[in-house]
Amino acid sequence: MSGNGADQGASFAFAPEAIAKVKAIIAKYPTGRQASAVLPLLDLAQRENDGWLSRAAMDHVAQILDMAPIKVYEVATFYTMFNLKPVGRHLVQLCRTTPCWLRGSEELRYAAQQELGIGLKETTGDGAFTLVEVECLGACVNAPMVQINDDFYEDLTGESFRELLRALRRGEKPAIGSRTGRQGSCPASGPTTLTEIERR
Amino acid sequence: MPKLIVNGVEVEVPQGSTVLQACEAAGAEVPRFCYHDRLSIAGNCRMCLVEVEKSPKPVASCAMPANEGMVVKTNTPQVQKARDGVMEFLLINHPLDCPICDQGGECDLQDQAMAYGRGGSRYEDAKRAVKDKDIGPLVKTIMTRCIHCTRCIRFGEEVAGVEVLGLTGRGEHMEVGPYVEAVVNTELSGNIIDLCPVGALTSKPYEFHARSWELVKTESIDVLDAVGANIRIDTRGAEVMRILPRLNEAVNEEWLADKSRFACDGLKKRRLDRCFVRRDGKLEPASWDEAFAAIATRLRGVPGNRIAALAGDLADAEAILLLKELMGALGSTHIDCRQDGAKLDASNRAGYLFNTTIAGIEQADTCLLIGTNPRWEAPLVNARLRKRWRRGGFAIGLIGEPRDLTYKYNHLGVGPQALAELANGRHAFAETLKGAKAPMLILGQGALVRSDGGQILAAARQIAGDLGFVRDGWNGFNVLHSAAARVGGLDLGFVPGADGRDVAGILEGAQSGVIDVVYLLGADEIDTSRFGKAFVIYQGHHGDAGAKRADVVLPGAAYTEKDATYVNLEGRPQRTHRAIHPLGEAREDWKILRALSEALGKQLPYDTLQSVRERLGHVAPSFRALGRVEPASFGNFGTPGPLGPEPFKSNIANYYMTDPISRASPTMAECVAAFLTPAQGKTGTHG
Repeated sequence: MSGNGADQGASFAFAPEAIAKVKAIIAKYPTGRQASAVLPLLDLAQRENDGWLSRAAMDHVAQILDMAPIKVYEVATFYTMFNLKPVGRHLVQLCRTTPCWLRGSEELRYAAQQELGIGLKETTGDGAFTLVEVECLGACVNAPMVQINDDFYEDLTGESFRELLRALRRGEKPAIGSRTGRQGSCPASGPTTLTEIERR
Repeated sequence: MPKLIVNGVEVEVPQGSTVLQACEAAGAEVPRFCYHDRLSIAGNCRMCLVEVEKSPKPVASCAMPANEGMVVKTNTPQVQKARDGVMEFLLINHPLDCPICDQGGECDLQDQAMAYGRGGSRYEDAKRAVKDKDIGPLVKTIMTRCIHCTRCIRFGEEVAGVEVLGLTGRGEHMEVGPYVEAVVNTELSGNIIDLCPVGALTSKPYEFHARSWELVKTESIDVLDAVGANIRIDTRGAEVMRILPRLNEAVNEEWLADKSRFACDGLKKRRLDRCFVRRDGKLEPASWDEAFAAIATRLRGVPGNRIAALAGDLADAEAILLLKELMGALGSTHIDCRQDGAKLDASNRAGYLFNTTIAGIEQADTCLLIGTNPRWEAPLVNARLRKRWRRGGFAIGLIGEPRDLTYKYNHLGVGPQALAELANGRHAFAETLKGAKAPMLILGQGALVRSDGGQILAAARQIAGDLGFVRDGWNGFNVLHSAAARVGGLDLGFVPGADGRDVAGILEGAQSGVIDVVYLLGADEIDTSRFGKAFVIYQGHHGDAGAKRADVVLPGAAYTEKDATYVNLEGRPQRTHRAIHPLGEAREDWKILRALSEALGKQLPYDTLQSVRERLGHVAPSFRALGRVEPASFGNFGTPGPLGPEPFKSNIANYYMTDPISRASPTMAECVAAFLTPAQGKTGTHG
């Protein structure tokens, strides 16, 4: 239900730059099938609305797509990546599925809770961080990992994760990807094949 | 036409049928929850699993098209096991609270768990609980019982055209509801109670009032609008407990409008259960003899042309006939059954019928709505229009108030101006109408009650004639009535005779003292302050406007209390059946008029209902075609002339209160507050 305590926003409208994107998205679908654009538009609306979808934002999307509002609510509540409550500027999504868990995601959770002083599904008082647990994000080779907003940070330890959070708090832009410096998902101990290419 | 073998029986089903329909055709029962033959296929309850040869696993028969040569089995151990499993899963989160559930005794889940389920559950964890939703004063929700069949959602989307309910959340957290605080604002909301296969949606007014097995069921006809929906009246003792729809494909399919379903509590309020006679300005209880004596005394020496009679919207054909004959015997021609003053022409039957018929709407390809809001005047006709519209290729034009009719239409204008343009062929929509193969127009009562109603009728007649609305085997001219008694009254010619006054003339005459006595047969929707010094006799069942002004009140029977004939807007005579006895000293209406005629020395020659009905067939042969529509031949009607400039307005300003029964109904009063009163009056303590 919408009774999640959040102020659902009096009104919402796309910014002028976003309106061009809205039109481009709708244009991808055949005329009369504009409702197909509901997922990308909700995503755009969420980005335009500080990372969450208010009632007003969903109603606005419904109006643009000529859909009944309930049809938009159905979609928005089905997908876990739509946030129906306000979130912090950094939405920290901790992967807790088996590979990450085996590789120490519990430690990451403990580290984040210590560093930020909040529990799961909570937001820091300054509105900087929201901590949530999610299921597999598909970067198991580099477990344990977190997703913060759109970016993956991988090969974390409790300490490197704390450092990452501190850097974000300082307003820095930490490099995304592996924190141990390996390239992509190459073996952690360096290349095991094609070793002569590196030597050349 | 694919042929299949179901449990060894070969059946042939129409192209496009499903395996489930083929199983039914072969006489094999398939349990189901989500499948409903009037809604789209969802295929999400999985209860209808059957075995199909060459298919590795059981198949959901409701969603599987029937193909040539399929071999289907519904009675194998595999099917039994599959049903067991589905039922066990459904019951994991369904509370076993049947003893306190209103659906108990008429619950699909209960019945099917008995028939197909296993004895017990292996589930040991806590069941989930879901918060109940407030969706208005008619439908009570107990959402923990919901099994997510989505019938209510599909009904809203497809039939009612009001998308409020939906499935939100996912998995364990999935819920059916409006997500936000919203009422299901449709005149058809009660149908989701019938559709719900469990006790998640039940009737709020009927809550905890009765058990289905205690009720006596009487098949009857609804009279709260002119559609004549087929209903079943459920009674316990001397009380109408609830009203449910009955299947009639030609009229209401299996739906029923909310007023017809929920206004029945008005039958217990403000009832007239004895005679009253006004003495010294005050109505006092009286016996039948005293009441008749008072009437006879007043009528003595009054010439016929100073007596008038009006038939109201709930009057049955038998009573109208007897009143007409009584007035004839008294020498009066001042009779009228059009108490709202509609300029309907009784001389040509096609001029006041819904000639296309309700089922015929599905054959139309273009529709012109004139001065009507069908959503309120006849919700079930509107549902047919929407059904036709959803199929596509149905252009609709509306002249009148631009209301939300649950389908898209071209708004052609608000007043007779647009009608005149159409008649002259100057309007763009005229081309659409000309090109149509099966065009229809619907003329609302709002357009006919105006002073230029006769001219509007003539203009509509002209459009129908000029643009080919009437052709071989097709009559697209339709008048939409909202009063159940109206077509019956017109069929019986309950309209002013030679030198007779119509309703306006009668009121005028009463006011100016030319009319001394007015007989009201359940006529309440008139300006009773205009009766002047006239002696008013009111015969009816509710203490409404008419009884308040009356000098003598004769208590009649409501539609649930009499065997009576009503003609619906298509011209289809149908009969109500007595479910309970009239209240107190009240009597069936034809009997009252028969007895009164004797007291006045003008005894009418009918001693049985049978003899009255024989006479009905003599006066209007259409009454012999019970349950059927006798097509009427198209002719000339209406009074050609200039049209006024005022915009059209529907004759129904408040759907939930149109007659003495619904005005007395507490449930209807709640509906007015919930659906029609703007929300700003609400405070934090409301819902």
